[in-house]
Amino acid sequence: MPSLGADMDAGTVVEWRVHPGDAVHRGDVVAVIDTDKSDIDAEVFEDGVIGELLVGEGEKVPVGTPLATIVAASAAPATPEVTAPPPAAVPDTTPEAPPRRSRARGARGRVVSPVVRRLARARGVDTTALAGTGAGEVVTRHDVEVARPRALRPLVSPRARALAAREAVDAAALHGTGPNGAVIGADVLSARSAVEAVPTAPRPPRGDSMQQRIASLMERANREIPHYWVTRDIDFSRASSWLSAYNATRPPAERCVAAALLLTATARAAAAVAGFNGHYVDGAYRPADSVELGIVVVVREGGLLVPVLHDAATLTVAETMAQMGDVVRRARSGHLRSSEVAQPTISVSNLGDQGADEVLAVIYPPQVALVGFGRVRERPWAEGGLLGVRPVVTASLAGDHRVSDGHQASRLLAAIDDALQHPESLEEVTP
Amino acid sequence: MNPEQAAAAVRAVLASIAPEADLDALGPDAQLQEELDLDSMNFLDLMAGIHERTGIDVPERDYPLVATLAGCISYLCSHAPAA
Repeated sequence: MPSLGADMDAGTVVEWRVHPGDAVHRGDVVAVIDTDKSDIDAEVFEDGVIGELLVGEGEKVPVGTPLATIVAASAAPATPEVTAPPPAAVPDTTPEAPPRRSRARGARGRVVSPVVRRLARARGVDTTALAGTGAGEVVTRHDVEVARPRALRPLVSPRARALAAREAVDAAALHGTGPNGAVIGADVLSARSAVEAVPTAPRPPRGDSMQQRIASLMERANREIPHYWVTRDIDFSRASSWLSAYNATRPPAERCVAAALLLTATARAAAAVAGFNGHYVDGAYRPADSVELGIVVVVREGGLLVPVLHDAATLTVAETMAQMGDVVRRARSGHLRSSEVAQPTISVSNLGDQGADEVLAVIYPPQVALVGFGRVRERPWAEGGLLGVRPVVTASLAGDHRVSDGHQASRLLAAIDDALQHPESLEEVTP
Repeated sequence: MNPEQAAAAVRAVLASIAPEADLDALGPDAQLQEELDLDSMNFLDLMAGIHERTGIDVPERDYPLVATLAGCISYLCSHAPAA
């Protein structure tokens, strides 16, 4: 079980994408892991042949637990005596088919967004049995609701409601056996014993456990890290004009958003100014060689994910835009790969144009800094003795006082400011 | 392009960007970004999706004209290439 984030101590195998005997190559997706935050596509780090799957679908195991054995490709015995494949495995009707099954998503062929999947689980609806009416036959929330409409106010007896609250059972999702289909106490009790009997019972709503994880990580951050904050208002007019000119000649799919400039500027500044890019581990700061830039992404159903841009200081703004777009979209649709949620060396929280004016954030341990940006807004701006109105963004830096101080932090924000005053420099590869 | 076709195109793209949103409850004059909690990248995806489906490229300077569902529909109808 890989560690897919500093706050993860266990994960659940949702789905195996390989079977014993399948050949795998470094980077192949072998399993889907539920981290409580999202479903992550777990990649394999070596070439070989899958020997045995050690953890079944639905099983939750601590980080570090072996999930499967891999036999070196050359030594590959067919491992025919491997014990029972996971119970959910579909009988293989095409034995001569190529061993790679990573694209065959079993019965879950159609994409179902995490929100819809959760709703379906709560209502006891099997999305694979539904005809999706969304774009590309995607199963939508509406499809699930039609399949199992919730009575507007489900009839639930007071005793059932009390029991449900105590036993953490969603009474509204139960099949009621009382008068007019009302859910009664016995229904809740039998639902609970069903849950106890089947270890692979429906997962609890993720939002709650995700919130708990964020809470415990932030508690740890506040307990361990002596934070300090500095802020700087940055004139965004040059960056803004550059963006307009850049986007004017490009179709929508190739355009940039302001965030791409902010991230590129931040990555380069973090590489240039010491003390912010790395981890604090075992009482010592360990600077990192490359900038692995974490992007704090709000997931639509609630909670935060932090996908990573690799070696972000070497990217041009167009490359940053493309990679950011890709990981952010996949963070929201639940298809990040394990390498994309590896530990960032510094993170950025960008509130975006619907956000507040500035953010004073909390660092994700073991990182030692977090750069925040509020929304770009028009502000009175004095320069050279003249007052004008300009687009302005307030940058903030949360620093770890064991590693850096306000003087260094000011230099980091100044470096970001400087880069944003020369946006054309962000189009070029760093020397 | 008639208004029904334009509305269908915009709704289809919105449904892919905000699959959990109740688009039937979206008023014609509601601000899309605010109402559906779209960030600038979601909005760019909306423009890219509209471009892909209808061939109409909304330049950035026209973004204020397509901030609402009604705005999108009238923009698409008036900018559609003559059939």
